[in-house]
Amino acid sequence: MENRITSLFKRKERNILSIYFTAGYPALKDTLTIIKELEKNGADLIEIGMPFSDPVADGPVIQHSSEIALENGMTINLLFEQLKEIRKTVSIPLILMGYLNPVMQYGVEEFCTKCHETGIDGTIIPDLPLEVYEEEYKAIFEKHLLSNIFLITPQTPEERIIKIDSLSTGFIYMVSSSSTTGVKESENNEQISYFERIQTMNLRSGRLIGFGISDKSSFLRACNYANGAIIGSAFVTGMAGDSKIEDKVSAFMQKFF
Amino acid sequence: MNYQSNDKGYYGTFGGAFIPEMMQQNISQLQSCYLQIIESDSFKDEFKKLLSDYAGRPSPLYYSDRLSDRYQAHIYLKREDLNHTGSHKINNTIGQILLAKRLGKTRIIAETGAGQHGVATATVCARAGLECIVYMGAVDVARQSPNVEKMKMLGAEVRAVNSGSKTLKDATNEAIRDWINNPVDTHYIIGSVVGPHPYPDMVARFQSVISEEIRIQLKEKTGRETPDYVIACVGGGSNAAGAFYHFLDNPEVQLIAVEAGGKGVDTGESAATTQLGRPGILHGSRSLLMQTADGQVIEPYSISAGLDYPGIGPMHANLFLTKRGRFLSATDEEALKAALYLSQKEGIIPALESAHALAALEMIEFKPEDVVVVNVSGRGDKDMETFLKYFQSVK
Ligand SMILES: Cc1ncc(COP(=O)(O)O)c(C=O)c1O
Repeated sequence: MENRITSLFKRKERNILSIYFTAGYPALKDTLTIIKELEKNGADLIEIGMPFSDPVADGPVIQHSSEIALENGMTINLLFEQLKEIRKTVSIPLILMGYLNPVMQYGVEEFCTKCHETGIDGTIIPDLPLEVYEEEYKAIFEKHLLSNIFLITPQTPEERIIKIDSLSTGFIYMVSSSSTTGVKESENNEQISYFERIQTMNLRSGRLIGFGISDKSSFLRACNYANGAIIGSAFVTGMAGDSKIEDKVSAFMQKFF
Repeated sequence: MNYQSNDKGYYGTFGGAFIPEMMQQNISQLQSCYLQIIESDSFKDEFKKLLSDYAGRPSPLYYSDRLSDRYQAHIYLKREDLNHTGSHKINNTIGQILLAKRLGKTRIIAETGAGQHGVATATVCARAGLECIVYMGAVDVARQSPNVEKMKMLGAEVRAVNSGSKTLKDATNEAIRDWINNPVDTHYIIGSVVGPHPYPDMVARFQSVISEEIRIQLKEKTGRETPDYVIACVGGGSNAAGAFYHFLDNPEVQLIAVEAGGKGVDTGESAATTQLGRPGILHGSRSLLMQTADGQVIEPYSISAGLDYPGIGPMHANLFLTKRGRFLSATDEEALKAALYLSQKEGIIPALESAHALAALEMIEFKPEDVVVVNVSGRGDKDMETFLKYFQSVK
């Protein structure tokens, strides 16, 4: 079977909406409900965050959700347990996103095997650098048909982007500005010239823009320069509060359609 | 055996650079130019001159009659406490500020635990005329308040960090986040031999002046360049790296690294990484790390803010694994006792961190002819409040 990320980018070239949430937040048992509701409400792709105690690339919102998720008892083991039957009901691509240490402790090979069994299509591991991936892990990921997604930033030099493009099997995650997650950037010329520069590189991989995308207008704006965009902190913020988790997800998603 | 890092920053299997893409540019820039810069004649001249005229080096190597008598060996104290700003940390910050200048950076960030690295960074920034922001865990802001005031007086901004355990690990996280958000104008002066390559090697080189001087001073005093023992405390491991550096390839020199045992290694309130940790990745390098079975970092504990860190630098992880270094731990209580003893017998009030190294003298069987160097990494002014509380409780 073709990797679902690959199929998605073949099927849909524009306005791909990807949502990030932290597994185990707000409650331990919310994982499946959030995934199902997201699919029902039009998400094209889901990034499931595996919480880590020291998320250095994340801003306050995802730091907080990770802390609560860990307090609630989320682990990679438990997450796989929760996702065991996910492919009976959910068909959009699913990506696991998290830091390298918990994955290493789980065992990279075992992690990849488990991802494949579960029907996970890709991974985003921000602190796994390109070079280490290429030397140590690429063969394992490929064997299990997992697309490891790499980030690029406004500072990434052209030759590195070309290298990332050649190693990417899913899509390229374009970090919208030099920042941790959740920092809202207003539109500025520097950012637009970065987006345009990447656009003219004619990369073979699809691209999604993430970091600081929070509502329909910032989503649509980002979509002008890539195949779609990723919403993380804004969605996680929307999961706080007392109403039913289903309602929170659908209320958030309705803003985009 | 080679105990230095290779060109990718690995000490055996430890080290490397596990960083998000957002830091990649700054780190690869450092990786590609740090050696060229710090090995250049103009850099070396400037560095050397500042170490002597500004920081007061060489720091004395002092023969302690009282300790020698008590432990029945020849015990020397390497007096890093007498450096400008009161600890070894200034050796590294002088080096890194000169580097930052050459890289054209205008804004400096740092993390600090005990505040010694923060003060040392604020100091060199004041002199260089660069903006300085220091991240410090809220717990440490409270327990090391004299240093907070000093940093402010020196013109730095101190940002209290309220995430996680509110100590050194979290201050480091926050400094990394700052760098991610300010990649162009900012240099991050890491305070120990931790972090992604090239920091562990670069900081060790800046600190290596400690053992360079020990060799010369020991030769003058005893006729021999190498002692039988070098003892240093380990938080991240920079003072130990500096004190061990020029002895790494002298296998006859026993290298003793002393970690913070906290309330006892098995109490759950400890920072003894080699005893409690496993290989893992934190703050950009692979090293030994205190962590849960599923890879979450454990919040360490030590009475000493500078040792309250869940990892150690990759050089030390490798020294531990290869058994080149011997790792001991001293509890809060043992360190406090050692600090009081040195104060009352030698008139030297050591930093709580350094007191852990002194406490190790109790744990080693010396021969009467042994020559022992204890690195007194800093002075205890910043710890007076903690000391006073302890004296009241034992009275
Ligand atoms: C006086 C002193 N010694 C030791 C340390 C521990 O750091 P390191 O292990 O890097 O020398 C500190 C850290 O704050 C310190 O202030």
